[in-house]
Amino acid sequence: MPVYLDHAATTPISAPALAALTSVITRSGNPSSLHGSGRRARATVEAARETVALAAGAHPTEVIFTSGGTEADNLAVKGLFWARRDAEPGRTRILVSSVEHAAVQDTVEWLEKHEGAEAVWLPVDEHGTVSLDALKKELDDGGANTVALVTCMWANNEVGTVQPIAEIVALVEPYGIPVHSDAVQAFGSIPVNFKESGLAAMSISAHKIGGTVGVGALLLGRAVKLTPVQHGGGQERTVRSGTLDTAGLAAFAAAATDVTQNLAKENLRIAGLRDAIIAAVRHAVPEAVLRGVDPAEYPEKRLPGNAHFTFPGCEGDSLLFLLDMAGVESSTGSACTAGVPRPSHVLLAMGLDEDTARGAQRFSLGHTSSLADVEAFVAALPQAHARAKLAGMAAHQSSIQTASTQ
Amino acid sequence: MRVLAAMSGGVDSAVAAARAVDAGHDVVGVHLALSRMPGTLRTGSRGCCTVEDSNDAWRACDKLGIPYYVWDFSERFKEDVVQDFIDEYAAGRTPNPCMRCNERIKFAALLEKAIALGFDAVCTGHYAKVITDADGNPELHRAADWAKDQSYVLGVLTHEQLKHSMFPLADTPSKAEVRAEAEARGLSVAKKPDSHDICFISDGDTAGWLAEKIEMTDGDIVDETGSKVGGHTGANQFTVGQRRGLKLGTPAADGKPRFVLEIRPKENKVVVGPHALLAIDELKGIKVSWAGLPIAEVATGAEFDCYAQVRAHGDPVPARAFVTEVMDDGVSRQSLNVTLEEPLRGVAPGQTVVLYQGSRVLGQATIDSARSLARPEIP
Repeated sequence: MPVYLDHAATTPISAPALAALTSVITRSGNPSSLHGSGRRARATVEAARETVALAAGAHPTEVIFTSGGTEADNLAVKGLFWARRDAEPGRTRILVSSVEHAAVQDTVEWLEKHEGAEAVWLPVDEHGTVSLDALKKELDDGGANTVALVTCMWANNEVGTVQPIAEIVALVEPYGIPVHSDAVQAFGSIPVNFKESGLAAMSISAHKIGGTVGVGALLLGRAVKLTPVQHGGGQERTVRSGTLDTAGLAAFAAAATDVTQNLAKENLRIAGLRDAIIAAVRHAVPEAVLRGVDPAEYPEKRLPGNAHFTFPGCEGDSLLFLLDMAGVESSTGSACTAGVPRPSHVLLAMGLDEDTARGAQRFSLGHTSSLADVEAFVAALPQAHARAKLAGMAAHQSSIQTASTQ
Repeated sequence: MRVLAAMSGGVDSAVAAARAVDAGHDVVGVHLALSRMPGTLRTGSRGCCTVEDSNDAWRACDKLGIPYYVWDFSERFKEDVVQDFIDEYAAGRTPNPCMRCNERIKFAALLEKAIALGFDAVCTGHYAKVITDADGNPELHRAADWAKDQSYVLGVLTHEQLKHSMFPLADTPSKAEVRAEAEARGLSVAKKPDSHDICFISDGDTAGWLAEKIEMTDGDIVDETGSKVGGHTGANQFTVGQRRGLKLGTPAADGKPRFVLEIRPKENKVVVGPHALLAIDELKGIKVSWAGLPIAEVATGAEFDCYAQVRAHGDPVPARAFVTEVMDDGVSRQSLNVTLEEPLRGVAPGQTVVLYQGSRVLGQATIDSARSLARPEIP
């Protein structure tokens, strides 16, 4: 079995989720049907809704099940933008952090291109924390009057930086502007409470917490108006259509209960492993730079399962390849085009240059991680790093002499 | 051996990788991302660089049971191949970007990275053959199927590069056989069309593509005596040997068609003349390299018999050649002098001349000047 250090991409299904899934999946029944099978499926879905609501600090009516985090983000960002602009045509600005996941970033860019939105990319500091001053500046002097919505992720998927959501909501609330947060990485990893947050909308995903892929939810305040993105039967509060995945939702609920009940304990355990990885990398490769917040200084400002480094003079995909060959599965951390790691927009927003950003590697831990994983990683790292360093940056000129280098 | 199979997504590289696996090597498939913004689906005759091609390569690796990765060489490709292509045209020369890619990307940037990462060789689907002697010195030879032979575009590889090159399709009798083998192996790319054209010019319109990249200014078209016979909207859009699209105002004395003989970017001038003057029988080459150990005459400067080929699918002609050492900026460089026994037409500076003895590739040079012994220097 390879050592799996890519829980931020997806985490293995948890035992309670698997039990729930297998107990439900063989039962037929569309939760929208009115007969016995339908009612049984509906009962499972509604129980899951109550469970997920409890786990996320929301009312059951605030849970809109989706096909995952990406759909939830699309629904929130497009749906809020359209609803707000339709109510007040002057509200076309979207205030958005510059380190969002593609599900938000690309959606905002689409709205700019096709729907007349104006994106304001809020800068982040060197640790990836969004600038509250910049946000305040955009709201001041009547600026708030043209804002449709504010969206900022709860925690960053690449460098694990936890954003000041409470402060953002406090700044924006007086203007009555809805705030959305992509909490896909945060939910189940650190305390997340929808009601206490004051957010209008919040995206969560099942497969990041031990559920199955293809299931997620948008938590949406009861009073928040949203224009639907996909049309059909209107199964979810009339803003989201499509037959629900009963078994997947049962697994989602079981996983949500599991992670929230064990959160305090697991948070500590996983953070301990993460700190061991950070210490080991710093020992083996002193020149490696931890990106994001140093948990030794501000433990609550970094996801417990995230360690992210840049390795000077190494290409991230070389490191990934060598670790993969050695049985350690990691990630360059950034979004891929056709599987090609591009310099991360998150690292560039944090002020890194392209070459430095290309040396990125993310190690993310989760519920199945153990000390043995860390030890295996620590054993594989020195050789992998030495070779990756030797391979250097392929983006640079090759030293092989040929006719045209004479 | 640990072998890195460069996988374009086409049938040749897939079968080459399969043969490397069969030969017992430890093979990893790598697709080179050469464009920063790859297209989604393949269109026209391009055979690489789209997401679909990358996925084809991936599925082939799945079938072969080998790991697959995509490595980003887009920046290098942009600088070393695309920009070079533009610069060469801007300087009035006609480059071969595929050759350049082999020289600087596949068998330099990729090979160097591969060796550093622990590989012994880079394997590609080129039709060419490497023969290694008892001392481990490689020689590059034509493939068994001369119709498909691609040794020309590999002629730029050096001794060091060839030592780490593997071409499993070397002895394949024909492309049909490669397709049949792909089919038999269950590779989905078995019927995928061959690629043509320059991979980074998606619609195949090289002149149009260049016109957007190179500043074109109006200039004169002159004949072989130096008299103005017409005008043009940019010298760089012409290639030597071109007949169509000259739009000459003054007809030739003999009424026969005229062809582009020379492009002079510094004067922004295009020289045209009769077909007979296209015949070239002497070439001077720079940026010389030897595909393996150079033959003895290279060091002595003695003339040797060989065959010269100036384009990928052109016929080789018998020739005599010798090497001189030229001092340039305090550095001694080789210069190649080739006398063609049979004249060649449409030879342009910037093209590569590859020299052969039998099936063996001796080496290559970039053509710096080409002239006809029968005609005086054109004014």
